[in-house]
Amino acid sequence: MTSQNPNPEKRPILSCNGITKRFGGLVAVNRVSLEVFPGEVVGLVGDNGAGKSTLIHMISGVYRPDEGQMLVDGTEVRFSSPMDARSMGIETIFQDLALCNNLSACDNIFLGRELVRRRLGIFKTLDREGMRKESERILKELDIVIPGLQRPIRQLSGGQRQAVAISRSVYWNAKLLIMDEPTAALGVPEQRKVKELVQKLKERRVPVIIISHNMQEVFSVADRVVVMRRGHKVADLIARETNGEEIVSYIVGKEQTPTDR
Amino acid sequence: MDNNQTFIQKLLHRQGSTADIPSTSGAQQRGDNSVKNHPAGARADRKWILQVIGRLWAWLFLTVLILYFSFTPGFLDLGNFQAVLANNSLLLILALGQSFVIITGGIDLSTGFVMGLASVAASLVMRSLPAESGLFLVISAGFITCILVGLVSGYINGIVIARLNVPPFIATLGMYGIARGIGYVLSGGPPVSVNTPGIGHFGNGYVLYHHPEAGFSFFQPPAGISGPALREVASYLPFQVVYIIIALVLMHFILSKTKFGQHVYAIGGNSIAARRAGIPVNQILVKVYILSAVMASIAGFLYVMRYVGGVATAGDALMLSSIAAIVIGGASLMGGEGTMIGALVGSLIVAVIQNGLIIIGVDPFWQYVAVGVIIILAVLIDQAKAKVLS
Repeated sequence: MTSQNPNPEKRPILSCNGITKRFGGLVAVNRVSLEVFPGEVVGLVGDNGAGKSTLIHMISGVYRPDEGQMLVDGTEVRFSSPMDARSMGIETIFQDLALCNNLSACDNIFLGRELVRRRLGIFKTLDREGMRKESERILKELDIVIPGLQRPIRQLSGGQRQAVAISRSVYWNAKLLIMDEPTAALGVPEQRKVKELVQKLKERRVPVIIISHNMQEVFSVADRVVVMRRGHKVADLIARETNGEEIVSYIVGKEQTPTDR
Repeated sequence: MDNNQTFIQKLLHRQGSTADIPSTSGAQQRGDNSVKNHPAGARADRKWILQVIGRLWAWLFLTVLILYFSFTPGFLDLGNFQAVLANNSLLLILALGQSFVIITGGIDLSTGFVMGLASVAASLVMRSLPAESGLFLVISAGFITCILVGLVSGYINGIVIARLNVPPFIATLGMYGIARGIGYVLSGGPPVSVNTPGIGHFGNGYVLYHHPEAGFSFFQPPAGISGPALREVASYLPFQVVYIIIALVLMHFILSKTKFGQHVYAIGGNSIAARRAGIPVNQILVKVYILSAVMASIAGFLYVMRYVGGVATAGDALMLSSIAAIVIGGASLMGGEGTMIGALVGSLIVAVIQNGLIIIGVDPFWQYVAVGVIIILAVLIDQAKAKVLS
């Protein structure tokens, strides 16, 4: 197993030490260790059923690891729900985006964390004006153009919705952003836009973990590529020092058998 | 000339977004009628038109109905309008509560019989009070009884749906039977009347009365007018209308201005997303069913005030009408869509059809046919809208 640390002087935002998840007799994730540093983009690849999603679900609080420990910013964490992970700054953009299509971009950015203000000292009403201004600010910061902030987002394109999901995470000060197949359903120009957004996050020192099946995409955005196979982490490579062929060989397991069994 | 021509062509082909119409200049436009305008703009344009029609058709339809019935004398009359509103206040109250449930993507079939049960329970409590109890005490006792009936039945609905994961249709169908049965058991079947004098005034009175000789008076007919002279008294603004205005404003505020209302929409739009966003979905669902049942029981209370008594079947016919009104008003049974104003318009359409058919002399039973047809039309419009907008 190759494990390299691109910025050894930095403290990792996230570190997983030997985390394991079993489903009955099946070991979905087997003693995986992973570190993510500020401002890096990690591509997480592997065949279907390799354990990528389970790993991500543990990091984002959907599942609890059976073994091992996770540290966020150096402190050990035990998430019992995705909300716990969120409160620690781990934001996940799931494949289905987790947006409400009947609500506007602005409503979605503030979903579950709506701004309110007191009226007449008793009533707490939604501060729609405040939310609109804040949404405009964050979208502008990320250079995202959404036609009609107040329109239901079902009228937006897939890429625009993806952008709304990303800006929501950024607005809420994500320390780590996890994206599950972010460009799977997008057209080429929209894919480019999402990649640009990932670059923007990088500039803001927010690390991103991207699950992807698309090698080209992984190489175009990732600094590091982590390969999963049958629940094990079989490779952890610097993106510019490797190539698609090598990655694929790790994915299908021709070159090497899992080492940390 | 050029301007005109291109503009007409534009209309015909429906090309270009609305935004570039103001910048129309003959020279620029001549070439790009069919070639340069990308289809996305045209689609956006059509979407916009459909959206407006989709949002406003209920209002247009209501206007057309009122205009149509106005050709018959007797319809276009303040007294008649007041009667229509007062007679349908209970329908609207049920629809307001039910709307919250429907926006979350659920349905509450129990509202009609919860209303009936509340009216029976309240009537029994009110008539069991000693004869010398004051009017205020009697009314408060009845009101509290109703609210309790609503809280309990709504809480049970909410828990069964949100915590035990029983589909809303089944859970509330169960409560439909339970409330109906208890209503019959408590009342023994026939209506339970309340004999405390003065109660009926709260359900049937008006805010303002005017008599040609005695002048204006508030809340009570002018003193000293009785017998045949009462017929000369003109009355304005029924209490029932005041009640529905209060309910409408309050419910509208809750739905559109509060976090709770926002979460109701979010749950209807995508309950998984709502849960992931940290919205306490189960808690909100319980509250929504409580709200629906409490509104139903308030309707039961208003029924007691209006008809000086309660009966288990008080809301039997109203439940489906209220759902019809909500759907006509633009809510989607799939959840996520709907407004209080929509519920109001829908209720008014149902009410005007009922009243108008009677006034133009059509067999009143046709009202059910008419409302049925309109529900189906409303859903068809909703589907067409969804298809085009998605």
